[in-house]
Parts: sequence; structure tokens; C-alpha cells
Amino acid sequence: MSMNPSVLLTIALLPLAAALVAGLFGKWIGRTVAHVITIAAVGTAFVLSAQVAWQLISGEVDVFNGTVYTWLVSDGVRMEVGFLIDELSVLMMCVVTFVSFCVHVYTIGYMHEDPGYQRFFAYISLFTFAMLMLVMSNNFMQLFFGWEAVGVVSYLLIGFWYTKPSAIFANLKAFLVNRVGDFGFMLGIAAVVYYTGSLDYREAFAAAPQLAQTSYALTSSFEVSAITLICICLFIGAMGKSAQVPLHVWLPDSMEGPTPISALIHAATMVTAGIFMVARFSPLFEQSEAALSFVLVVGSTTALFMGFLGIVNNDIKRVVAYSTLSQLGYMTVALGASAYGAAIFHLMTHAFFKALLFLAAGSVIIGMHHEQDMRKMGGLGKLMPITAATCWIGALALIGTPFLSGFYSKDFIIEAAHESTRWGATYAYRCVLLGVFVTAFYTFRMVFMTFHGAPRWQEKAAHGDHGHDDHGHDSHDHGHGGGTPHESPWVVTLPLVLLAIPSLAIGYLTVQPVLFGGYFGDAIQVLEANDVLKELAGHFHDPASFALAAVAHPSLWLALAGVVTAWYLYLKNPAMTDRLAAFFVPLQRVLDNKYYFDWFNENVLAAGGRAMGRIFWKAGDQALIDGALVNGSANFVGALAGVIRRVQTGYLYSYAFWMMTGLASLLVWFLLLS
Amino acid sequence: MQAGLLSTLIWLPILGGVLVLALGDSRIALARWAALATAVASFLLSIPLYTGFDTTTAAFQFVEQTPWIPAFDATYHLGVDGIALPLVLLTTFVTIPVVIAGWTVIEKRTAQYFAAFLIMEGLMVGVFSALDALLFYFFWEAMLIPMFLIIGIWGGPRRVYATLKFFLFTFLGSIFMLVALIYMYLQAGSYDIVALQELPLSFDEQFWIFLAFFAAFAVKIPMFPVHTWLPDAHVEAPTGGSVVLAAIMLKMGGYGFLRFALPIAPDAARELDALVIALSLIAVVYIGFVALVQTDMKKLIAYSSIAHMGFVTLGCFLAFDIATQTRSLAGAGMGIDGAMVQMVSHGLISAALFLCVGVMYDRLHSREISAYGGVINRMPIFGAFMVLFAMANSGLPGTSGFVGEFLVIIASFKANFWYAFLAATTLILGAAYTLWLVKRVIFGPVGNDHVATLEDLNDREFFVLGVLAVGVLLLGVWPAPLLEVMQPSVQHLVEQIVTGKLPRLTATPT
Repeated sequence: MSMNPSVLLTIALLPLAAALVAGLFGKWIGRTVAHVITIAAVGTAFVLSAQVAWQLISGEVDVFNGTVYTWLVSDGVRMEVGFLIDELSVLMMCVVTFVSFCVHVYTIGYMHEDPGYQRFFAYISLFTFAMLMLVMSNNFMQLFFGWEAVGVVSYLLIGFWYTKPSAIFANLKAFLVNRVGDFGFMLGIAAVVYYTGSLDYREAFAAAPQLAQTSYALTSSFEVSAITLICICLFIGAMGKSAQVPLHVWLPDSMEGPTPISALIHAATMVTAGIFMVARFSPLFEQSEAALSFVLVVGSTTALFMGFLGIVNNDIKRVVAYSTLSQLGYMTVALGASAYGAAIFHLMTHAFFKALLFLAAGSVIIGMHHEQDMRKMGGLGKLMPITAATCWIGALALIGTPFLSGFYSKDFIIEAAHESTRWGATYAYRCVLLGVFVTAFYTFRMVFMTFHGAPRWQEKAAHGDHGHDDHGHDSHDHGHGGGTPHESPWVVTLPLVLLAIPSLAIGYLTVQPVLFGGYFGDAIQVLEANDVLKELAGHFHDPASFALAAVAHPSLWLALAGVVTAWYLYLKNPAMTDRLAAFFVPLQRVLDNKYYFDWFNENVLAAGGRAMGRIFWKAGDQALIDGALVNGSANFVGALAGVIRRVQTGYLYSYAFWMMTGLASLLVWFLLLS
Repeated sequence: MQAGLLSTLIWLPILGGVLVLALGDSRIALARWAALATAVASFLLSIPLYTGFDTTTAAFQFVEQTPWIPAFDATYHLGVDGIALPLVLLTTFVTIPVVIAGWTVIEKRTAQYFAAFLIMEGLMVGVFSALDALLFYFFWEAMLIPMFLIIGIWGGPRRVYATLKFFLFTFLGSIFMLVALIYMYLQAGSYDIVALQELPLSFDEQFWIFLAFFAAFAVKIPMFPVHTWLPDAHVEAPTGGSVVLAAIMLKMGGYGFLRFALPIAPDAARELDALVIALSLIAVVYIGFVALVQTDMKKLIAYSSIAHMGFVTLGCFLAFDIATQTRSLAGAGMGIDGAMVQMVSHGLISAALFLCVGVMYDRLHSREISAYGGVINRMPIFGAFMVLFAMANSGLPGTSGFVGEFLVIIASFKANFWYAFLAATTLILGAAYTLWLVKRVIFGPVGNDHVATLEDLNDREFFVLGVLAVGVLLLGVWPAPLLEVMQPSVQHLVEQIVTGKLPRLTATPT
């Protein structure tokens, strides 16, 4: 039986319709109607997605690949909007709509005082639509559509508080850095059309083996394999969206946006679009060893070095953001090792526990009255029990505690890197293994600094009290809730609980079918020789015994070491931290400056671009073209006219004189010639 | 097919303009409504052009032909094909917002202002529908007069410099074209454009004729390095003038390449295509950087127009390289498709952006970016429109700005990787200059006391921007109808130019 296309259309279009209603008529329909409509739409989309997923997995319906409408036909190339619904897309659809639903509910609590309430709901629903179009696409054009559309919504949401200079700086930066990636993406798409004459995935995948034999002359002396050119160009796009070094710089700054979107867009869904893209294009990437090695090296560099940055940051959201960068690096490593299934598996588990961590961080921020500096927190665990408990679950899942979801997904990435024989795999393995320690360390540094130890927010509150004493308004504290943090309302904690469940269990429940049970079918294609997951299948029997066997693996001990170190340095002996920092001053400086990427971008690229513009404008347009050529020729004509005018004096004797001279010269000329 | 439809579209606005002129400033309310009625009627009458258009043939349709100047064998010969039709529709469509936008903001010689635009509308339709080269030249030059007056009368402080520069640049280019047309008339004994396209010409003849056309059209569109008149003209022009200039007049350059330069001198075009492509890519990259550092909003948009027109000229001249590279005609037309879509799309987007600047200028009387900041705090609806059009200008998928760029970049990859590489930098540069503008003008805290007094769009402004927004989105989401109209004509043109007029010396493409 085939899938019902109208159900698929409904899944995608419901959030769009809700976004339009909330966005265009928000003023008239009011806050409650706005959030009811958008939540209902996204909730329905989730239910329908889950239903489609169930039908597909149970074999009730076949994979759907069909056209919705023809966007245009140019010169024989049909560009269409259409859906490809296979195991990969239904998984993404469920993840996207579920996380989006949780974030929608959470937003009611987080944004309830914000004047842009309806606008915010409109944006996140629009985002859901764009993301669904991206994952459901059956062709490169629509993928790019969704790709750019999620980028725009991300731009609008990072700059949601548009009067904040840091926010509108961050959103411009995010968009432009993503555009650098899109530049590569666009060239990749153009290359696909050049070789296959089509934008359809099927045609491109079918042509892949042949493209591996074709070479393209970039210059007369430099040729590359066509498939490598295509894959690297496409991957540059993925590097922008999935924030891989050196195009990662926008993601930490994107934390300027409200926390719900940090969870939805900048952790769970949009940033994983690049991972999804490479997995979707596995038939292409499989044909290019060079491109996969590139993917592997970029991913492992991101995984380790972005993790380090999480250690030195004190902003709770930015720590989670660097963690996201690092985890995206892990997924990229899996892609590079041909373990696409492991990448998507980690994408899924990460979506749940990272969204959970972000929303927990947001709950802390609400409780702390919009304070994000962890140095001013501490001891919040007793005051915010639900937040603390769910955050612990998220943290444990993130560091790879056996039985929790992150354990399965991360461990297989490490094993895959270990197993892979590709160029760069050794480096990648070391990076991801060391990354386990780093991850555990920064994660629990955050947990300990926030929820445990001595409360440091009282220092701030004490200052506040002091000020009130001066004014003699002791009761004022109660008026605005005072400095005492409090647990968040149920609309905030309910999504935390909803996300904690899959963070705990989804790995255990799904690892067998997703990684080893051939879940992905034809959606992901791996060459026999590259199939590291198949190699690993021999070590895997069932999730429970695999978790118990973890004691024999270095990663478990590294994670434990990370937690213990964090405990020692931030709870047991905080004085040690400062001594260590003093000892590693140069290193600390490099990390505080985030490896100087931002410095380089601002002072070299951006400033250089503006300087170039000024030079072109002043020297090229104004001096050379207008000055020398245009006004120059005008001046020349003017000067010539000036000379000629002087000749025309109006005096008869002058004309007579020139006539005589002319006649005389003519005479001389004729005489001399003849 | 309705006979006389094209004539109606030319002469109705001109007569309407004369009527508005006759009503004058003393009966200005009536004059305004007469102007609007004329513009709307012209647009409504142009719809049958689309609905009655046969998309299966490359032949000219709605043809009218009567003798005009028998002494020169010139005829009054009109007709449209898939290349001219979208531009005619664009002209009649854009005139409506122009009239509405000038409703109250023009305070002196108001009737004459409306009359100038209506007359210009008729002349521009004439340019796109003339099938006789002399008639074309007549409309082409006549159109300069109302534009000259619009900038000269209702323009800014440096309007005299700007008008002279504008007039001299375009006139200088056109003179060469006239010489070429006369030369070909002497050869062919006719000014009929189809006859000229079929006229056998030696390579040397083609070479000089191509250069003459190139001079005219490169200035008009404009291409680097003859673009410097455009920013000056835009800065001094009143809002409506900028809109028509950017939305329609620039397109005449692109139209000229497709109607004259390429089909009449295809072999010369093949020889010189590298030059045109190089200049187009310079326009995309170099002008992109220049746009980045502009401090005047109108100048920035003007430079952005030049960069976008670079895509038009690039797309027009890609066919030769594609045909060489892929050894077939199939696929060679995508560049021209892209160029055409880019022209229509830019017509909508640049019109909208200039109208946006006009909305702000009418309130604060400044075009300087630094005079604004945080406009969205006071004008949220306007801010939303501005962000939409800015995104369209940066080529966002789902808006019309994406379609043309996408097609041209794909087509340029077929010709040469490095063409595509340079062309695709627009993704970064276009977004950089447009969104940086938005950041400084629209977002942020309220910039100064003047911004704090701003009031959001009135109904008229809302309608004008809303109509354009619908157009931009519709064309972005479903460009198929536009492509469908163009397809046979573009295919015919590609065959014409790739085959050429001369037997080629080398049998196999190099």
C-alpha cells in the first residue's frame, strides 16, 4: 500500500498555516489563541508523523517518493517540490515535531511576559514547517529551500529581541557564516545538475558510481574526481549549518536568542540538518574516500577543540552551546567513518537530551531572574528539584552513562572511528576518545556549579537587600519575587519531564533495530568495504549486556574521570581551580579568545571586506571611472571648447589675420608638395 | 487574439497622460484619479496578453503592422514573444504602485508628475513590443525625455549633474546603435527586426554591429565600467523615478541583448562572450564590495541593482560556453531563462526596496543610513516588509530573488566551474550588504529623536508594498508559469545564436 500524500502535505502545511495565522493576525487573535493554534498544529503534525512512521516501519506502507508540484521547468531540467518519505525521513520528522511540540509548550511559560509572544509562536511554527520541508524533500532544490528557510527563521529568532545590539550582531553573523556554507552547497547542487541533468536524489544516487570514474578539470593542470568535488562542496554547506570548524563561530553567539529556540533550533534540529544531509547523500559520499576523510578530520577537530571551550565558559547557555558544537563533531566523525546510522542515531538521542539540557538551563535562567552566569548560581538543586533532576538525567545521558541514551549512540561513534581504516581515522579516534573526558568534565562542571555547592546567588541578593535597607523598603523583595530562585511553572517543567523520558530510554529501546537491524533499509547505503557498523555488530548482542561490558572500555573510565575531576575542582577543592588557571595562563588566554576565530573574522575578513569595498569605490568608481574617464572627457571637451572659444574673439581683424595665416599655410603646403 | 491590444497598451497611457496634463494642478484630485484609472486600466488590459498567449510557439503574437514612414520602409509593427511579454506585464504592473506611491508626496507640479509616468509607461511598452527597429529606436529615445524631466524637475539637489550624466551616457550608447541599425537597413532594405536577425553578415560586420549594440545596452543595463551614472541618477531621482528606472528601464538593456545583439551578431557574440562574462562577474564581485560600504541607502540599492544585473548579462552570454562544454543545445538555454527571471524579479524587488526607502525619506527627509536605527520599534509593519524585501534581495529561496540567481549559477557551472564560483559569491556579498543595511536601519534601539517620531505605514503605503510582496512571494514559490511562457522563445533564441550565421571553421567545438 502506498502512503497518502495528503497526510504528508498536512504534516508539513499545518505548522505553516498556524504560523501564518499567529504571525499575520496575532494582534487580533490574542495570546492564548495564538499558542493554542500553533501547539495544536505542531501536535497534530507529530501524531501524524508518528503514525506514518509506524505504518512504514511495520511494513504497512511502502517508501513514498512523489512530486507535489512542479516548481519550474528550465531547459529540460524539471525542478519540483516533492516528498521522499523513507526510514530516515520519518525518524527526522518524529524528532522534529516532538521536540518542537515540547518547545512550544515550554514557550508559554518562558515567554509569557514578552510583548512579542504571538510573533515568537509564529516563528517557531514557521521553523517547524521549514525543517519538515527540509527532511521530507526528495530533491536538492527543496532541500536548499528548507535549508535557507530554517536559516532565515534562525536569523529572525536570534535577533528576536531586536533592540539588543548583541542580538542583532549575532543574527547577522549567523546568517552570513551560514551563507559561506551555502556558497559551497550551491556549487555542489550546480555540479549535480551539470553531471546528471536533474535535481532528483534518485538520479544523482544512480549516477554516483559513474561519477567516481569521472574527473573534472578545475584548472588546466589540476583535476579532481567529480564525486569528490560534489561531496566536498555539499559538505561545506553542512559545515555551515552544522557549525563545524571553521564555520562554527555563529553558534555560540546564537545564544543571544531566547532559550526555547536555543533548544529547538540550535541544538536539536536545525544544526543537525548538515548531519542529516550527509547521511541522506550516503550513496554519493560513499564513492569518495577523499571527501569522507575530509569529513572525518573536520568532525573530530570540532568534537575535541570545541569541547575545550566548554570548560572555560561561565555562561550556562554557552557551555551547553559548546557542548552542542562538540557533539555535532561526534556525529560528523560518524559520517566520516561511514557509520551514517550511528550519526543519525546520535542525532536523535542528542536531540532529546540536548533539548532537555537547554530547557533546563532556561528553567534555571527563569528561576534566577534572567541571570546566566554560573558563578552567581550554586546550590539550586534544593530549590528547583524537577529542573535539577531532569538536568542530571540530561547530563548523564550526554556523558554516556551506560544504559542511558547517549551511551549507546556515542559509544558506537567511538567504536566506528576505531574500526575505520580511512585516512584520518586514527586522529579522529584519539579526538573522540579524549573528548569523552572533556565532555564529562564540562558537563558536570556546569551541573555542580549550578545545582550544588554553596549558593552564590545570596551574595547578589545580599547586595540587593543592602540597597533596599538604604531605601528603607524591606518588603520590596516580595514585590518582584526577590533574589530567591524558585522552581518554574508546570508548562516549563512538563516539557523537561517529557524530554527526560527519551533521554533515559530511547537508546536502550532502539539501538538494536536502528544500528544493527537494518532499520534504514535503502535510505542509507554503505559500501561493503566501508561498513564499520557491520563489523561492530559482532560485538553487540543485546543492549543490556553491551552496557555491562562497558567496564572494559576506556570511554567509561574517561567519563568517570571527567566527572570526578569536575567534582574535585568545583565542589571539593575550588581553590585548586584558580591555581590551575594561573598555571595555564597562555592556554587559558587562547581558550578565552576561542582560538582567535572571532578576532580573525572581525579584523581580517570583515574589516578587509569593507576596506576592499572602499578602495573599489573611491579608487575604481570615483577616481578612475568618474574622475578620469567621465569627468575627464567632459573636462577635456570643456578645455578644448575653451581654446576654440578664445579663437572666436569677434574682432574682424582677428578673423582676417587667421584667414591670411591659413591661406598662407595652405599655399606653402601646396607649393612644397608639388 | 485581440487585434490592437498592444497599440492600446502603448497609446492608452500616453493619452491618459495627456489628459492628466490637461486637467492640471488646479483639478488635482481628478487628475490623480484619472492617472490611477489609466494605470489600472492598462494593467487590466495587459492581462489578456498573458491569458491569450500561445505558449507552444516562438512566433510573435498579437502582431499589428501598418506602414509608418514609407520613405524609409519603416512600419508600425508590433508584437510580443515569450521574451517581451513578461517585460510588458512588468511595466504595466509596476506603474500602478508608482502612481499610488506619488499620491500625496509630490507637492509641486503634481499633475505633470503623473503625466510623465503614464507617458513613459506607454513608451516603455512600445520598446518591448516594437518589431520594427526604427520604431524601437523611436520609443527607446523618446522614453529618455520623461525620465530626464522626472529627475530634472522632481529630483534632489544635484539633479542637474545626475540628469546630464544619465542623458549623456545613455544617449552616447544609443548613437552607436542607430548607426548600426542604419547600416543594416542599407543592407537589408528593411527595419524589420526579424529580417535583421536573418540578415547574413560577415564576421567583421557582425563584430562592429555587436560593439555598437553593446555600447547601447551595456550602458543601459548598466554593466561595469559604464555603470556610474546609475547611482547618481537614483540618488537624485524622486522615489517613483527610481522605481521605474530600476524596475523597468534597466531591463531594456537585457532585452536589447536578447532581441538585437545576440541574434543579429551571434558569431561576434560568440567571439566576445568571454569579455561580457568577465565584465558581468566583475559586476557581481566588485560591485558587491562597493555596495557594502555605501552610506546612502539609495546608492546601496543602486549598486545592488548593478550586481543583480550582472547576473542578467552573465546568463545571456553563457549559452556559447555551455554548448561548447556539453556539445549540445540542450541545457544551453538555462542561462537565458535565469536572466529573464532575474529581470522580472529584480523589477519587483528593486521597486519595493526603493519604495521602502521612499517611505522613510518621506518621513525624515534623509537617505543616510546613519540617520536611522531601530525603525522597527516605531514601524513594525514596515519593518516586516523591509526584512522580507531585503531577504528577497539576498536571494532567499521562496522569494523571486532566488529563482534567477539559482538558474544562472547552475547554468554557469555548466560553462565553467570558476564562473559559478565567482557568481555564487553573491550568496555571501548580497546577504552582507543587504542585511547589514537592515541591521543598521531597521533593527536596534531607537536611533535618535527623529526616529522616535516615526509613524507606521498608512493604508496606501501598505497596499503598495503588500502588492509587491505578494508578487515577490508568488514568483518565488511558483515560477513555472513565467518559465512556461518564455520557453519556446528562449529555445528558438538559443538555436539562433548557437548555430550562428556563419559556417564555423572548426567542425568540432574546441
